[in-house]
Amino acid sequence: MLSISPTYLLYYVPLLVAISLVYGATRHEDMRLVLRHAVYTAYWITAFMGVIFVVIWLMGLFV
Amino acid sequence: MPTKIPMAAKNESLIEVDDRLIDLRNRPLAAFLAWLIPGAGHFYQRRHAKGTMYLVCILSLWIIGFSIGGFHVVYASRFPGDHRWHYYLQAGAGLVALPALIQTRHINKYTSLQSGVTSGDYEPLWWGFMSPPHRPVAEEKTDEVSAWYARHGAGYEMGTWYTMIAGLLNILVIYDAYAGPLGIPISGRKRPEDAAESVEKSKA
Repeated sequence: MLSISPTYLLYYVPLLVAISLVYGATRHEDMRLVLRHAVYTAYWITAFMGVIFVVIWLMGLFV
Repeated sequence: MPTKIPMAAKNESLIEVDDRLIDLRNRPLAAFLAWLIPGAGHFYQRRHAKGTMYLVCILSLWIIGFSIGGFHVVYASRFPGDHRWHYYLQAGAGLVALPALIQTRHINKYTSLQSGVTSGDYEPLWWGFMSPPHRPVAEEKTDEVSAWYARHGAGYEMGTWYTMIAGLLNILVIYDAYAGPLGIPISGRKRPEDAAESVEKSKA
């Protein structure tokens, strides 16, 4: 299904962690709220990327 | 329960966020320090936890990107065929990107403006750390940039992205040091009880 090695997906992990934490920290001062916001952001980024992946995958199947 | 009164008014260094009173101190200085070293502005403001988080996240991203790109992804160049626009974003990370400017200044002394060719006696400073490629660089020919691509493959692309994103994230950090946390929560809807609490606080 993937035309690249799945290990390339590991590039995603540091980006996701750093972006989510920094983004959460720019919204709150309380570290618990920062972490909660970071988890929420990570969830949304992953979901968004997942949707894009499915759309492109379907396009690859049918087009 | 998060409280949302985060935006600092002009000339006001005290703000309240999440039921905490924060002294932003000298805000332009904090912003400058935040640009210079990610998190340094927050340390200056005694926001140590956030400063540490920013420092670790942004510098880790930068170092990972710089190393998987073979230590060649950060350089400054405005020469024809090699306008390195990525550097504008990478420079957001501050001091860590500045050696590239010194290297560019150095190589320019050895590069002819007419022919655009770097002379043979050019030696980059610091073993080539953040030095631009030998000129000329042209897309249709084999040159030093294409050799870097060939050697590091996807790592060169990803390294470039990592360092650019680190620079962009630091712009958010600079804003946070200057004005405190952003006011509008993008994720997480504001619940009615939070909104009511904010209104009560602002009335008081």
